[in-house]
Formats: sequence, C-alpha cells, structure tokens
Amino acid sequence: MDLALKNNLLENIAISSDATGNIRHQALDTLRSLGLPTSKTEEYKHTAISRLLEKNFQHLGVSTEKSNITVDTFRIQDLDAHVLVFINGVFDQAQSVFSTEELNIQPLAVALAERKELIENYFSKLADTKADAFVALNTTTWNNGLLIEVKNNVQVTKPILIHQINDASKSKVITASRNLILVGKSSEVSIIEKYDSMGEANFSTTVNEVFVAENAGLTYTLIQNDSGQRYQFNHTSIQQESNSRVNCFTLSLNGKAIRNNLQLSLDGEGIDSHMYGLYLLTGDTLADNHTVADHRKPNSISNELYKGVMDGNSKGIFNGKIYVRPQAQKTNAFQSNRNILLSDKATVNTKPQLEIWADDVKCSHGCTSGQLDEEALFYMQSRGIAKDSARAFLLYAYAGEVIEKISNETLRNYIDALVSERLHKNF
Amino acid sequence: MAKDNQVLEEITSKEYEHGWTVDLETDSAPKGLSEDIVRFISAKKSEPAWMLEWRLNAFRQWQKMTEPKWPNVTYPEINYQDIIYYSAPKQAAKPKSLDEIDPELLKTFEKLGISLTEQKRLTGVAVDAVIDSVSVATTFKATLAEMGIIFCSFSEAVREHPELIKKYLGSVVPVNDNYFAALNSAVFSDGSFCYIPKGVRCPMELSTYFRINAANTGQFERTLIVADEGSYVSYLEGCTAPQRDENQLHAAVVEIYAMKDSHVKYSTVQNWYPGDKQGKGGIYNFVTKRALCAGDHSKVSWTQVETGSAITWKYPSCILKGDHSSGEFYSVAVTNNMQQADTGTKMIHIGKNTKSRIVSKGISAGKSQNSYRGQVHIMKRAENARNFSQCDSLLMGDQCGAHTFPYIDVENSTARIEHEATTSKIGEDQIFYCQQRGIDEESAVALIVNGYAKEVLNQLPMEFAVEAQKLLALTLEGSVG
Repeated sequence: MDLALKNNLLENIAISSDATGNIRHQALDTLRSLGLPTSKTEEYKHTAISRLLEKNFQHLGVSTEKSNITVDTFRIQDLDAHVLVFINGVFDQAQSVFSTEELNIQPLAVALAERKELIENYFSKLADTKADAFVALNTTTWNNGLLIEVKNNVQVTKPILIHQINDASKSKVITASRNLILVGKSSEVSIIEKYDSMGEANFSTTVNEVFVAENAGLTYTLIQNDSGQRYQFNHTSIQQESNSRVNCFTLSLNGKAIRNNLQLSLDGEGIDSHMYGLYLLTGDTLADNHTVADHRKPNSISNELYKGVMDGNSKGIFNGKIYVRPQAQKTNAFQSNRNILLSDKATVNTKPQLEIWADDVKCSHGCTSGQLDEEALFYMQSRGIAKDSARAFLLYAYAGEVIEKISNETLRNYIDALVSERLHKNF
Repeated sequence: MAKDNQVLEEITSKEYEHGWTVDLETDSAPKGLSEDIVRFISAKKSEPAWMLEWRLNAFRQWQKMTEPKWPNVTYPEINYQDIIYYSAPKQAAKPKSLDEIDPELLKTFEKLGISLTEQKRLTGVAVDAVIDSVSVATTFKATLAEMGIIFCSFSEAVREHPELIKKYLGSVVPVNDNYFAALNSAVFSDGSFCYIPKGVRCPMELSTYFRINAANTGQFERTLIVADEGSYVSYLEGCTAPQRDENQLHAAVVEIYAMKDSHVKYSTVQNWYPGDKQGKGGIYNFVTKRALCAGDHSKVSWTQVETGSAITWKYPSCILKGDHSSGEFYSVAVTNNMQQADTGTKMIHIGKNTKSRIVSKGISAGKSQNSYRGQVHIMKRAENARNFSQCDSLLMGDQCGAHTFPYIDVENSTARIEHEATTSKIGEDQIFYCQQRGIDEESAVALIVNGYAKEVLNQLPMEFAVEAQKLLALTLEGSVG
C-alpha cells in the first residue's frame, strides 16, 4: 500500500506578511518537511484525516467565501456571556456582544502588531509546530482569532463564548483561527468555544495558547456539534503556574472528523488540573482526543476522565499521556477512559500512556471498553420501559458522570439537554 | 536517607554472579554476515536443501528490512558485520550419554546450578542444554519418547522430523515478521523442538538452558513447540551469560502452535549479563515470541521473569484464533543501573469467546528505564471477547523511569476490555510497619517486592519460582526509594 500522500494539499498556500510573517514562513518550512500525517505517523495512527482532506479539498489554504447567516440558531439560550461570533473565519462585530470593562478582548492580529512583547513571550511558544503538522499549518495560515487578556486579580463574572460557525452551503470553506489567552495572577475566567457548521465539506484548524499565572483559575469548554461535514483540528496548549486551577471540558457530538489536542503543562507547584471529555458518536464520525498532562514540578494533581459512546460506523480514538518529570515528586495523576460500543461497525482505539521519571508519585490509569449492562436493561424492560428508552436512560446516566463536572449551571443544563436529546433520538 | 543511599549503593554495586568464562575450544564461523555465512551455518549443521533455501529466503528478506526504531530504548548502532554468527563447542562425536560430555562443559552447568546429572536424578526435569548455539545433551529423551513426545535439538529435528518442521516452522512467526525474526531465521544455529502428540499430558517440565559463552558471538536460537489436540506441556527456559565487555546480540524466536483443547505453559527466567554500572557491556535481547492458539479451546500462558540484559525488546504474544481459546501473560521485569527494558505482550483476539489476561509488574531502580508496551486487539469476528490487563510499576530511586504504552483496539461491540495501570514506590509506612515488628529495612523491601510480584511468581513452576525469588532479592533488596 502506498502511504505517501499527494502533497498538493500544501501547495498554493499564501502567506500574509503581518507581524508574525517570519514565524509563518518557518512554520510552512516545518510543515513541508513534516508532510501531512499518514497512518505511519504514531500520533495519527488510527486517524486517517489527511486522506479525508485529500478527498475533499484541493489545497489547505484559508478560503475567502463570505456568509451572512445569523448566529441565532446556534446560541446557548439564557447564557449571560460575552459573545464573540466568527462566521467563515471572519469576526462578525454586529452579532457579537461583549464589554471590555473587566478584560481586554481584541483581534489577535491587531494586538500582535501593536505589542511586540506578545510575540516575544507568548505567541507560538506553547504549540510546537514540529510536533504536529496541523499546528504548523495553522501557524502558517491563521487569519482570525483573539487576544483575551485578563489582568491580575480580576474575577471575570461572565463567561466568554466564542462561536466558530462555518457556512459551506455555497462552497467549501477552510478557516484557521488562533487565540492567545493570558490569565493574570489570582484571576478567574471561563471560556467556551462552540463549533457549528452547515452545508458541504469544510475544514477548520484552531490553535489556542493559554497562559495561566499563579493562583489563577481557568475553565475551558469546547462544544463540537457540527452538521456532519466538518473536518476539524483543535489544539489547545495550556501552561499553568503555581497554585493555578484549570478545568477543561470537551464535548464532541457531530462532525466528519475531529482531532483535539489538549496539552496541559503543569509548570509550578500546587497545581490542580482536570480534563473531562465526552464523545457521543454516530454515523461515520471520527473523534480523536489526544491529551497530555505534563507534570514538571512537584506537588501537583492532574485528573482526567474521558467517556465515549460509539454507534453506527463511528470511530473513537483516545490517547492520554501523563508525563512526570524527574523533579515532579509527590505528583498525583489519574486518568480514566471508558468506552461503550453500540454497533459492530463502530471501533475504539485507546492508548492511555504513562511516562514516569520520579519515584515518589501516585499515578494510575484505567480504561475499559464494553457494552451496556444486559441485566440493567432487562430490569428496566421488565418494568415496562421500552428497550430504546431504557438504553437511552442508561447512556444518559453514563454520560452524567462527566456532565455534572460543569460548574456553570446554565451551560450544564444546555449540554445536558443536548446530550439527552441526542441519546433519545440517535442511539 | 543517607542510609538508603548507602544500601542502594551496595546493591547496585553488586557484581554479576554468573560472570565467568570457561575455556571451551570453539568452532566458529568468521565474523560478518553474507549468503556465504548462511550457507556455512547450514552446511555445518548438515541441513537438507529445503532448510538452506528457507534460510536464504529469510536472509534476502532481512536485507530489505530496517531495524525498528520505535522501542523506548537507546543503544549504539549495531554493526551486523562485526558479529560471529556461529560458534559451537568442539566435540569429536555426538554424546550418547552424559558421561561422554566434556567435563569442562559439565562444570559450566554446575556453576549455574543446573547440574545435568543432579537434575536428572533428583528433579525429574528433562533439560535440553544449549551452550553457544549447539544443543549439547538432552536428558530424559527416552522416557519422553515412550509417550510419543519429541523433545530434541532443532538440528536433530530438521534431520529426523522434516515433515513437522516443514509444516510448522515459520507458521507462527513468518520469516519477514520483523527485522530480528528475519535475522534469526537466516542464521539460527540451534534451539529446541518439541512435539506433544494427541491427548498426551507431558509428565515433566521440559526445560532449556541458554547460555552465551564465547565472546563476540550472537546467539540466535529457535524454539518451536507444537501441541497437538488435547495435549499439555509446561516448558521452561532459563538464560544466563558470562560477563563480557562488548555487547552481545541475542535474537531468538520462539513459536508455539497450539491445537484444539491443548494447553501450553511457557516460563522464562532471564538473567543475562546486564552490563556494568556505567552501562558498559551487557546483552541486547531482541526476542520474538509468539503463540498461535489455532484450535478451539486451546490455551497458552507466558510467564516471564526478566532481570538481566542491557536491553530487552520482547513481546510474547498470543494470537487467539480458535473459538474459546485463551491467552495469558504474566511478567515481572526488573531493571537496575543502566538497563533498559521495553517489554509487554500482544493479545490478538480473532475467535469467538476468546479470553486474555495480562499481569505485568515492572520494577525499576538505579538509572534504568522500564517500559510496558502491550496491545489488545479485538477483531470484528471476536464475539464476547474478554480481556483484563493490569500493569503496575514500582520505582526505586529518583533517577529511573517507568513507562506504560498500552494499545487497546476494539472492533466488536460485545467485547469487554479492562485495563488498569498504577505507578508507585514502596510506601514508607509499609517499611515502618515491618520495622516496627523487628524486620530490618532490607528484608522489609525484599518482602514487599516479593509480595508485589507474587501474582506472577505464583505462575512459575516450583523449580523456577525459587530461582526467580532469589534473583529478585539479589537485584533489589534494600533499594528503598
């Protein structure tokens, strides 16, 4: 089998000459030398995303197709938030509602042009272009995104909700967005990214670089509920300093192929990190979650729980890495990945990985794959509950363990309803 | 802490006990590898033409392959042209009984603690001893022959049972399976062959002792076990190598073919020279071990205690093809000083209602790196497959590493897979508890480590369990983290 890809996907990529021009050129060189990942690439072993892209797109440069759809159908009802709307990779000022009283929000390109120190200290410092070809692609082509900056000692009251909507009803859409998020000392902020799409094939890359300073807290929620034709690469690197807290929640429901990289670097002591994920897949959706908890200093805790349900021809992939560096004594790291397969055509590939170089640590991981408990199903059926409903109930309870970790009540209720509807309708 | 370090120092500076060489005149091939060497080995062993063809085919395939780079180990490039591929102890004629054997050779075994005569008389273990590639003596052959069991050296099997060898050689590990298996297929010098006929329960433990003696020789032995319908056999393999400065390459292949209702138990205690404290010398152990549970209800279990070798690269696997077949893997891997181990298993579930169980216990001390790498693959057809895996790591000292790379691939919804892994050190409170009761620190650690590894050690046959426990204590006692 010939694994080599026709590399024309990487041709004709235009590079804008903005403040990060040099970084873009370097990233393109890196990208060309890496090539897009194939099934021989360990990190993409089960994720044939390059093949899928090749089938659907001529090249991977960003598209310029405009759209004037409204965000209304994609809103999270009743959520009091700063709302920022991107449609086909263009910031939609009219539909966005936000205030800059508590924090600084501005287009990243503008911020980088004005403030050199952002490039020197933060931009492209966490997301390694050499480690992943799609990070390199994003670093080369990004044309939208935000700087979100929270000063020291600020508790941002409202969450920040970023809508990334791709409207590919007229032609194929390719977007690349880049966010830089700086959370100051002893501050607190919650960020939600919501991905929706409509129409034909569309592809998006997002790279988030997040710096969480001492004593600060960040909640990061990712909701992927696309129309089924979206190919998506989402990379989030978070660097944590001492005594900071990070809670991540990833919900993947729809889309053609989803690849999420979530990388936490615990670069301080007394850190608390939580990663939660839920993927409920049907049809031929592929969802690939790669997470990293990198313990670099002593006395920190990381905890991870990812749960999945696969039906139809769907494919679930999980890879969780825990690194404990030699200095990171007294680390506590836990990881759990659980999967339910509902169809014989669905598959799951999971690889929980521990790499430990320190001895005084407590690390464990567990993963399971199975199906619903027959006895529980039978019990409910014997009490007059139809099999489909009984199944949905059980799955809902299974998913509940992850959903209940969301602290914002409105958001939790929204996700709860989304999941519940999906389980009753589609499974 | 100071005391801990001192104890650690003491243990880690312990010299390798089996490090000595015996002057045996050897009959070696020149250094290097080419088609001529393959022909030389084949001629030396007076092999038939089909065997030579098989080797040459393997050699040609090997030339096209590249060394795997994915294991989590680092070592200097191996120069495959700088190795002697064949070395046989010189002997005038084939020995018919132990009395005819070179007394030097017998002494070698005695030092290792496997005196053939002793074992023959006392323990009832049939030993097929391999020193530098050629099987020297096989005891209890007559007793086994009565039951129809064939247990002999590989070269003998090629001569006397060509139909079995032709049928099963390479049926589980094909010549082009991987780089080291291909190399082995081309140049393997000897090994053991074992056939258990239908319905026979082998009355004794079969055992091979491998030992690398001559300097600069790679050892490439090949073991083939065929268990016919309804048979049972327990096979032991032990390995030691004397102290050598240059790294020695060991690329063995073990194939197990299990037919309907058969049960094969394969146990290994590996105590090869791990190199000195600076990581100089030591054996490179690149082994391919695989079992095919071809028939329904067949069962294969691997048990290994790995304490030696500078580098271990070894994944005893089971292909569970027959319905209701089951595979087991129990492993204790200990690394100390500069040792590196990348070991684990593969369980490939193909048949319905197949079961597998993996228990892996890693212990790393000194500056060593210990990795578990395993795969559980449930194929589409494998209805109701069941797997349980547990891999625990114990770290001693803050300069070693423990890594876990489990791959779990499920393609059938009825499969039930559980995997869990933990990493920890010996608890201070555990040691304190023992000390309170008058057990000194060193004994306490030995006690705890033995308890930690018990689940695996319990799987070993009596004769091996004792040795394995001694080995564990020897490598680790006192290494308090």
